[in-house]
Amino acid sequence: MLDNLKKNVCPSCNLEIGKEELEKTYKVCPNCNYHYPIGSDERIRQLIDAGTFIEYDSELESSNPLNFPDYEDKLQKDKILTGLKEAVLTGEGNINGYPTVIGVTDYRFRMGSMASVFGEKVVRAIERAINKRLPVIIISSSGGGARMQEGMLSLMQMAKTSSACMKLHQAKLLYIDVLSYQSFAGVMASFAALGHIIIAEPGTRVGFTGERGRSSIRQNLPEGFQTAEFVIKKGMIDMIVQRKDLKSVLADLLDFFS
Amino acid sequence: MGNNGLDIDNKLSQFENKLAELKELACMFNTDMSPEIKALEKQFLREKKLVYSKLTPWQKVLLSGQSQRPRSSDYINALFDNRVELYGDRIYGDDPAIIGGLASFRNYKVVFLGQEKGRDTKERIARNFGYMHPEGYRKALRLMKLAEKFNKPIISFVDTPGAAPGVEAELRGQHASIAENIGMMSILRVPIISIVIGEGGSGGALGVGVSDKILMLEDSIYCVCKPETCSEILKWGKDRIPEAASALKLTADELKELGIVDEVIKEPLGGAHKDHELILSRVGRAIKRNLDELTLLEINELLDKRYVKYRNIGKFE
Repeated sequence: MLDNLKKNVCPSCNLEIGKEELEKTYKVCPNCNYHYPIGSDERIRQLIDAGTFIEYDSELESSNPLNFPDYEDKLQKDKILTGLKEAVLTGEGNINGYPTVIGVTDYRFRMGSMASVFGEKVVRAIERAINKRLPVIIISSSGGGARMQEGMLSLMQMAKTSSACMKLHQAKLLYIDVLSYQSFAGVMASFAALGHIIIAEPGTRVGFTGERGRSSIRQNLPEGFQTAEFVIKKGMIDMIVQRKDLKSVLADLLDFFS
Repeated sequence: MGNNGLDIDNKLSQFENKLAELKELACMFNTDMSPEIKALEKQFLREKKLVYSKLTPWQKVLLSGQSQRPRSSDYINALFDNRVELYGDRIYGDDPAIIGGLASFRNYKVVFLGQEKGRDTKERIARNFGYMHPEGYRKALRLMKLAEKFNKPIISFVDTPGAAPGVEAELRGQHASIAENIGMMSILRVPIISIVIGEGGSGGALGVGVSDKILMLEDSIYCVCKPETCSEILKWGKDRIPEAASALKLTADELKELGIVDEVIKEPLGGAHKDHELILSRVGRAIKRNLDELTLLEINELLDKRYVKYRNIGKFE
């Protein structure tokens, strides 16, 4: 599906649409409302007031702690392709004047999967929020879950990030999860499900086991299975918000809980 | 190395057969061959120890899945007295893939949880092979909150291939139930001990596995994904599954080294299934020792330690 992105054609309705036009529509197809996945840098540009973003821990980089075959090459490839150092970007900034700590996971880097540095960055961001008495917003586009190449170190980031989320709850600080594009497995079964408010963009795929994990079981899937529109009816999320409205909805929530 | 873990046992049983043959011969001819027999027995034990000390991670994966290994219910029945099993999540149903309840253990009253794979085919099917559904995680959480309310430590036996991956599990919020358990277990105000007794299958295991102390049986495994899945995702093919098992660092000793597991419980020679009594008593002793230690701590100190324990997991430059 993502291959189509390069051809200036909407992957959902095949509408021909230029790059400049997509920029104007927040990377949403004007014809079918398909929400293109967007990277963490672009997300920050869309949400955070210009000139207010301060990135946290940008120097932290994944190594290959388990000496997993080919892992360094894969990291290197993603770094070059995206200009990122890890699958999550963290920092603080203002949303319509409301200060917040924000984390954005990036589908382009190891499918947004969680490993040592990812978990560390999320936890440090949350700990800073607690110290500064700021709310936290984490936007997840993580199809990858816990990153295989760091083995159990990755799995345990579920517990590490969730522990920090609970500290946030105990400190009575607002925590909002925004799900975009897709969010599954280790990410969705930890911090991405622990927000006070859980928002999804239209069409986002949400669940624990993705298609690959289900491939061995033959089951008929209900229509729209694991889409935002489906899981909201099952009670899993609070609201579906169009990307163009996301900033103002977040600002309203920050205002309400301030 | 063959893909069948029982190859090890076959090799050893050849040895054993030889030994039996010798004994029979000695008996038949009424000759004293005890020095020879003794020597052979010694050699056999040496060989056995050598073989089992050199198990590859993949062989441990196969060993950990041994159907004759003691299950959660075996530990619970042997180690705990005055057991009362409790059922259901009060919302949807009861999940037979996890058992839980109240019991006394030595001088303690505890709430126990155990992921249960079942023994014979019929029971294994009934228990969904230990794959838990959301109602199972919610049942576990209900019992853990009960433990917290009445200040009882929690003992959780981990043994699952993973969380149930089917459509039903998704419809009932598998991700949310696991996330909530992981979150709540990190702040529950009672001591929690988890013991990985066979298979620690990813998020499905962690959903009842967050604890002050993670104990792990020597030949059990705990992994982010199955080596088979790992090898498939990386397009390594079936031949490289053993390599995936090594790469994932899923054995008890490796996880101790990584600072994830707190204590490795030694298994009888050849694995837990070779001597149930011995492993049951070792696990009992380990639980007792850790409970004694944890219950001495003031609760806020315990919680700080728990937070720091997970806070510090991760390796990077």
